[in-house]
Amino acid sequence: MRLVLDVPTWPGNEAGTHVDVRLTAPDGYQATRSYSVATSDRGRVVLGIEELPDGEVSPFLVREVRAGDKLEIHGPLGSYFLWRPGQSNRPVQLIAGGSGVVPLHAMAAAHAAASDSTLFRLVYSVRTPAHVYFRDELAALAGPSFTVDYVYTRQAPPGWGGTVGRLTRDSLASTTIAPHERPRIFVCGSTRFAETVAAWLLDLGHSARDILTERYGGK
Amino acid sequence: MSFATRGFAGHRREPDDRLPPGQTLVQRWPVLSAGPTPNVHTDTWDFVIRDESGTEHHWSWEQLLALGVEDVTVDIHCVTHWSKLDMSWRGVSLDKLFENVEAEYDYVMARSYGGYTTNVPLEDLLDGKAWIAIEAEGEPLDPEHGGPARLLVPHLYFWKSAKWIRGLTVMPTNDPGFWEQYGYHIYGDPWKEERYW
Amino acid sequence: MTTPLDGNVLAGALANLLVPDPTNLQARCTNCGQVAPIAEAVVYPDAPGLVARCRTCDHVLAAIVDDKDKTYLSLSGLSAIALPK
Repeated sequence: MRLVLDVPTWPGNEAGTHVDVRLTAPDGYQATRSYSVATSDRGRVVLGIEELPDGEVSPFLVREVRAGDKLEIHGPLGSYFLWRPGQSNRPVQLIAGGSGVVPLHAMAAAHAAASDSTLFRLVYSVRTPAHVYFRDELAALAGPSFTVDYVYTRQAPPGWGGTVGRLTRDSLASTTIAPHERPRIFVCGSTRFAETVAAWLLDLGHSARDILTERYGGK
Repeated sequence: MSFATRGFAGHRREPDDRLPPGQTLVQRWPVLSAGPTPNVHTDTWDFVIRDESGTEHHWSWEQLLALGVEDVTVDIHCVTHWSKLDMSWRGVSLDKLFENVEAEYDYVMARSYGGYTTNVPLEDLLDGKAWIAIEAEGEPLDPEHGGPARLLVPHLYFWKSAKWIRGLTVMPTNDPGFWEQYGYHIYGDPWKEERYW
Repeated sequence: MTTPLDGNVLAGALANLLVPDPTNLQARCTNCGQVAPIAEAVVYPDAPGLVARCRTCDHVLAAIVDDKDKTYLSLSGLSAIALPK
């Protein structure tokens, strides 16, 4: 689900940042969760939100929030899981699991907006075609310096030539930039996804210094 | 400055006059954890009370159960503002464990598998006020709720009821445990709302 | 809800206390000596506070407890943080 917020005072943000959304109940009880910024443009901030079963904040944001409601947000936040144009001319490998694509989409969009010519590749693992976030936006960004490889873990679209199933160490090796090209790697997904992928990347010969991860609480 | 979010109640329910100030009733039992859940097996479980002379008194799981398991129904109050009423528990009274322990010092540090600690005055553990709990609501304690055994001190905020309990050390001064070092109250009476320092 | 997160999630809480947000800074674990960005810590958000543990040895690096009118910040598990000049 994408949540579009009007934030007149939004200062702009770097690609990969998040916001904290804080909800307050009438009795003063508060719940705060972090959500990645997908895009922002002149005071309009787009968040990508996955509804977690038994969640306290995401079901509210997905099901209850209506146009015109006021939400308390804090951001942009984060100084680690960021991509900045011109920072390096090394290629960039993005690896997303599920809604972990949100900050990586922001990086791909920033890369295109900056006309940065460093090579970007995205491997995007998702359950089914219906679960893809930002499909059209990612397709529009694709070109000589940005490619997307989908991994469908449960069900692929009609006419899909590849296999269906979880990402493996071997499929990761064949779809990502080789270690000798020294890519900077951004991994975002569930805790299990991020840890599995990071371990494979180390195993394939990438340096721990080049692997940045961000985990979210879902399965 | 915060404002109420339209339509947001959170995982919280209606108030009740049996609730201490600032608490809200819940039906489900939330899981709070400050670290990984340790894997503790009853066949290797070893409970230790270390008294002021440094003597260690040990109980295996079978020895603990042999002291006598009793049924208790108590309310629990978590410092994160939820309370759960009339919970049925089974456990061994700490009076039984302290029967043959020389304890002149006034304070106890509870220690858990996984490294968690919390401090409690000794008198708050005696006279039928505290148990080593092994079952809740008719089921063996789930590891995420502190199984196989946790401390149960229901008249204090629930962080004092240390999960994965492995022992108690009698001590002369009221040294702070884990949360007490990080801002939570040294004693933690929910009826006086002793939440923070 | 026992899935731990990582230190990225600390940015909001720490940005209220420390400027700049230190999650990208290298810090050293007092227990095992591991030096890593704070963002790489294991964070348990569903406790009575935020607890950040070392990804290498599980030692508590930092804890943040929110009271109504104050925040308790412990960095007791970090022997040093490398701050930029």
